[in-house]
Amino acid sequence: MEWLTHPWPWYVAGPLIGLTVPLLLLIGNRRFGISSSLRHLCAALGSRQPFFQYNWRAESWNLAFVLGIVLGGFVAGVLWANPNPVQLNPQTAAALQQMGVSPDSGFLPKELFSWQAVWSLPGALFLLLGGFLIGFGARWAAGCTSGHSITGLAALQLPSLLATVGFFVGGLAAAHFILPWALGLLR
Amino acid sequence: MALPVSDEFVLSESSPKRSVRVGEYVPYLLAGVFFGVVAIRSEIASWYRIYEMFRFESFHMYGIIGSAVLTAAFSLWLLRRLGVKSRDGEPLRVRPPDPGRYRYVWGGVVFGLGWGLVGACPGPIYALLGSGHAGALLILLGALLGTYVYGLLQPRLPH
Repeated sequence: MEWLTHPWPWYVAGPLIGLTVPLLLLIGNRRFGISSSLRHLCAALGSRQPFFQYNWRAESWNLAFVLGIVLGGFVAGVLWANPNPVQLNPQTAAALQQMGVSPDSGFLPKELFSWQAVWSLPGALFLLLGGFLIGFGARWAAGCTSGHSITGLAALQLPSLLATVGFFVGGLAAAHFILPWALGLLR
Repeated sequence: MALPVSDEFVLSESSPKRSVRVGEYVPYLLAGVFFGVVAIRSEIASWYRIYEMFRFESFHMYGIIGSAVLTAAFSLWLLRRLGVKSRDGEPLRVRPPDPGRYRYVWGGVVFGLGWGLVGACPGPIYALLGSGHAGALLILLGALLGTYVYGLLQPRLPH
């Protein structure tokens, strides 16, 4: 049963992710997308802004879906936990070490995601800011990587191509220009 | 209430109100479990893999995205070819998004900045939460805040 705990190669994982699109269509004609759940959560929490005034209950399949993702994360990350750290390209590992991030602390770097990081002010601000940009950008772009880069591209929708290009432009800028500076502040 | 900006998709506001039974959520919940397991086992939820991708030092993520799009595109073609209908008799379709331009480019860049920093898009945020990673809690909190502030500023943003 080694395959349960060991990482899956791209040619197994990619098609499985792609199959989520027809799966949700077959279950209930739903468009695969995850970031809408954030809007539904705001609406369910009772925001009075016009943007959150709609019948979120009619979209609550999406909340059941993301609850499932949390459970899946527990199953694969805790019950079937991989005992080995992520196997990185040595070049990436060296670059991380130079920036003070351990390249072998498991699934995520402990300097950024551990409780210790969460309880430090710069560490907490870093995560909150990153999350803020993700939530703000995803709603502005009407979707995230699942809704645009997988579903929208597969359905040949031009807006999704624009959004995907945007995702990569932003990601490249963050990884190459902002991250080295931000990690310096976190040290 | 009408929004000043055309909505991203037509939400189900006008759909007939029928009572939803708990059982109807089970297939979606299971689909989520499936996706969550794949997100962890494929390591797309790992900050390390995202950083490696943006440094162009591994094919892994590109292989995943590419083969996922091809698999989804082929499935959509097959479903249409076979004329598969939903349970209420509607043809299966991927709802087209709002026809704007600016929103996708600028929203995309802002999203990408966050993705490049904390290395998690929304799906992985939920999966990491389930795996018990403390940081995911703050990312989710930030993402909810960002979504809310977008709702506040929406009328003033280009779309």
